[in-house]
Amino acid sequence: MSNTTVSVPQASRLRLKIGPRQLLTAVFAAVGAGAVFLLFNAIIGGQCDSQCVIGTLNQSVRYAAPIALAAYCGLMCERAAVINIGIEGMMLMGSMVGYGVNVYAFTWMKQNGMDAATAGDISRALALGLAVVSSGLLALLHAVVSIRFKADQIISGTVINILAVGLTGYFYRQYLAQNIPPGPGTFPPFDIPLLGQIPLLGAIMFQGQKPIVYFMLVATLLIHYVLFYTPWGLRTRAVGENPRAADTLGVNVYRVRYINVLIGGLLAGFGGAWFTLEAVDVFNPQMTNGLGFIGLAAMIFGNWTPFGALAGALIFGLGNTINTTVSIFRPDIPSQIPQMLPYILTILVLTGFVGRAIPPAADGQPYEKQ
Amino acid sequence: MALASPPIASVRQTHGEATTTLQATGITKRFPGVLANDRVDFDLRQSEIHGLLGENGAGKTTLMNILYGLYQPDEGTIFLGGQPTQITSPHDAIAQGIGMVHQHFMLVPPLTVTENIILGQESLQPATRVLGRLSALDRRGAAARIRELSHQYGLDVDPDAYIKDLPVGAQQRVEIVKALYRRAEILILDEPTAVLTPQEADELFVIMQSLVRQGKSIIFITHKLREMFAVTDRISVMRGGKMVGTTTPKQATSEMLAEMMVGRKVILQIDKAPAHPGAVILRVDNLQAQDDRHAMTVHDASFEVREGEILGIAGVQGNGQRELVEALTGLRHVVAGKVELLSQDITHATPRAITELGVGHVPEDRHKHGLVLTFPVRDNLVLCTYYESPFARGLVINAAAIENEAQKLVKEFDIRTPSTDTLAGSLSGGNQQKVIVARELDRPVKLLIANQPTRGLDVGSIEFIHRRIVEARDRRTAVLLVSAELDEIMTLSDRIAVMYKGRILDTLAASDATREQLGLLMAGVKGGAHV
Repeated sequence: MSNTTVSVPQASRLRLKIGPRQLLTAVFAAVGAGAVFLLFNAIIGGQCDSQCVIGTLNQSVRYAAPIALAAYCGLMCERAAVINIGIEGMMLMGSMVGYGVNVYAFTWMKQNGMDAATAGDISRALALGLAVVSSGLLALLHAVVSIRFKADQIISGTVINILAVGLTGYFYRQYLAQNIPPGPGTFPPFDIPLLGQIPLLGAIMFQGQKPIVYFMLVATLLIHYVLFYTPWGLRTRAVGENPRAADTLGVNVYRVRYINVLIGGLLAGFGGAWFTLEAVDVFNPQMTNGLGFIGLAAMIFGNWTPFGALAGALIFGLGNTINTTVSIFRPDIPSQIPQMLPYILTILVLTGFVGRAIPPAADGQPYEKQ
Repeated sequence: MALASPPIASVRQTHGEATTTLQATGITKRFPGVLANDRVDFDLRQSEIHGLLGENGAGKTTLMNILYGLYQPDEGTIFLGGQPTQITSPHDAIAQGIGMVHQHFMLVPPLTVTENIILGQESLQPATRVLGRLSALDRRGAAARIRELSHQYGLDVDPDAYIKDLPVGAQQRVEIVKALYRRAEILILDEPTAVLTPQEADELFVIMQSLVRQGKSIIFITHKLREMFAVTDRISVMRGGKMVGTTTPKQATSEMLAEMMVGRKVILQIDKAPAHPGAVILRVDNLQAQDDRHAMTVHDASFEVREGEILGIAGVQGNGQRELVEALTGLRHVVAGKVELLSQDITHATPRAITELGVGHVPEDRHKHGLVLTFPVRDNLVLCTYYESPFARGLVINAAAIENEAQKLVKEFDIRTPSTDTLAGSLSGGNQQKVIVARELDRPVKLLIANQPTRGLDVGSIEFIHRRIVEARDRRTAVLLVSAELDEIMTLSDRIAVMYKGRILDTLAASDATREQLGLLMAGVKGGAHV
C-alpha cells in the first residue's frame, strides 16, 4: 500500500516525540546553562577548572532530583486534569517521616541486638518506604477532596501544604528537635557499573550519586513510556483533555484520576525523602523550602512532559549548586544574591521564555457525570 | 420553507422483508417534575435510516440517551435482535453494538485520529501484552485497521492526523469510524448536520447510504425537514415526551411533519413584503478583530446595512461571526478598520454608548450575555434603560415604573411566565429569548443586531421571533441577522453576505441566491475556485 510508505516518517516522528518544540527547549536549556555557568565562573574569578565543572554539574543533578520528582508528581496529576499545588506539603511530610523512621527504627533495631550496618540498611529502606507512603496518603486526601467531593483543587492543595507544615512542626518539636538518638546517616553514594563509564555524562550523572537520584533518572524514562506508549497513558491524556469523551468510551475517569494523583504523591514522597535520606542527616521545619513549587515551574517549563521537566529541574539544580559554590569561593558577596538566582530563573521561565506552555484542556476542572 | 429537491439521488433498493434489529417498547422516563418519555415505542429495522424528528424538549435526546445507556428507563423494555436487554452504560451500549455520534464531538483535540479511535479499546503489541494497561500500544496495527474501515465505507480519514488540525466534517467522519471500529451495527447520529455546510451534509448522506447498504442501521436525529426527505426510509415524530407517529418520506409532506411536531398548524413561510431600503445605517470598513486566543478571526470585513432591510450573514459556525458581532457592539476590541453608525464613528465606543445611539443586540449566548439568569424577568426587561427616567429617579430605582413596563412587555411579546417576579433562568429557552427580543425592540432602535436569534428554540417561538424581526424591518429598522441556519437566513434576509474564515466572501440579493450557491460560498468556493 502506498499509503503506508507515506505515513512511516510521520509515525516514527510521533514515536520519538522529538519535534521542533523539544529541540528548542533542549537548545534553550543548554544555552541557558552555559550562560549561567560563564557568569558563575566570572564571579568566582575563573577558579573553576574542568574537574570543578564536572563536580558542579554532578552536584546539580543531585539538586535536580527533588525538583524533578516534584515536577513528575505535578505532571502525573495534571495530565489527568487534577491540579496539585500540595506537592510542597507532600514532600515536607515525606522528609519528616523519612528522618524520624530512619533514626528511631535504627535505634530500636540496634537495641534488639542487630549490627549497625544491617540495621542502617534496613532502617534507611524502611524510612524511604514510609516517607513515600506518608506522602501518598496526603495525595489520597487531595484526591478524595478534589475528585470525590469536587472541591476547588487550589484550596485543597493549600490546605495540604498548611496541614503538612503543622503536622511536621508538631512531630519535630515533640520528637526530632533535641535528644535525638544517633541515626544511621544518609544513603551511601555508589556508581552505576556500565553507564558510569560513559565519558563526561557518566561522571556527571552516573557516578557518586545516591539511590533517589538514580530513581529520578529511571522515573523520567518510565513516565515518558507510560504517558506516550501505553493504554494507561493514552487514557490519562484523554482524561486530562476531554474527560467526557473518555467516559463515553468506557474509561473510568475517576479511577484514572485517583491512580494518577496517588502515583504523583508517591513520586513526591521520593522527592521528600531526598532531603533527609540523601542530602543531610537532619530534619528542619519547612526544610523543603519551596522546591515543590519550583518543581511545578519545571513542569510548566517542560510543557507537561517528563524530559522537558527534567531539563527544567536541571537548570534549577544548577542554580542551586552555583549559589552554594559561590558562597564558598566568594564569602564577600552577600549570600542573598546568589540565592536569588533560582527564583529569577523561575520567573524568567514562567513568563514564557520558552514559548507558550499549553496545559491539559480540562486541567483543574472536577468531572461531573451526566 | 420551499423544499429543495433532494440533492442526491436517494434511489435505494427496498429491502424485501426487513427484520427489526432494535425495538423499544413502553419506554417511560421521569425526571423531577417532568415526564421526559411517556410510554414511547420505537423500532429500527435492519439496514434502514430511521429519522427522528421533534422539537427541543420533545424527548428525542432522552430516548437516545436511554438507548445509549446514559439513562435507565423507569418503565419499558429494549429488545436487541429480538432479545430483551439492559443497556447499563455507554460502554455497555458499545459492547452490544450501538454507537453514537454526539452533536458535540467526543474527541480529544491534541491526540491523533488513531489515538482517539483506539481510546478505551487499545490494540497492544503482542510481545508486551503481559503488562496489561502498561503494555505498548500498537499504533501501526490500529492505523491499518482504520484505513481498512475508511476504505470499506468511503470515510476519508488520515489515521496520523491530529484532531485539532481537522475540519469539522473530517472530525465527524472520525466519530463514525470510532463507532465502526468498535463493531457498531446500529449508529445513532444526533443532529449530525448542524455543524456542516450543505455540501458536507450531502457527503454525509452518501456515507450514511453506503453504511446501510453494507448492513448497518442508522437512527438519524435532525430538526431540518429537508434532510428527512433526503435520506430517511422512515420518519418518527416525537412531541411532549410522546411518540406522535411514524411515517415514510413518500407519504409525508413538510407541512404534515411540522404539524405533528408542534401539534398545530404552522406557517413555515413568513409573509414578507419586498424591502424598501433607505439610508445607510451601519457602515463597516475593513474591520479586523481577534478571538480570545489573539488569532485574527475577522479580516477586512466590509459591508453596509440600510434602513428597512435585513442583511443576513451566512456561514458555518466559527468563521468569525461571533467576533464580528462583538466588535460591532463594543464588546470586543477592534484591531483595525472603521465602524460607522448613522455617519458617527463608533469603532471604539463603549457598549453603552452604542446602545444609546439606538442599537439593539440579541446576543448569541442568551444565558451568558443576554440575560442575568438570577434576576427576575422584570429586571431583565429594563437592563438597557434602568438608569433612565422613568425607571430611575436620580439614584433611586422606580419599582412601580419598571413593573408597569414589564407587565406591558410580557403581554405584548407573549412571554409565558408565572409572574414578572420569576427568575429569568427558570423560563424555557423560547421565553427567555422573547424577554431579550422584547427588551431590545421596545426601544426606538435604528439597528438590530441579532446573532443566532432562534438557536435551540421550538418551532412556535422561532415563528414568533421571525415575525418580530420582519416587523422591525417594516418599521424602517436596519437588521443585521447572523445565523448558521441557512434556512433562517434564506427565509428572512433581503441580502445575504457569506462569511468564510473571517472574510465576507460575497454578498447576494436574497431573491437570486440558491442553496447550492450559498453552500459553495460557505465552504470557501467562489467563482469555481477555492479561496
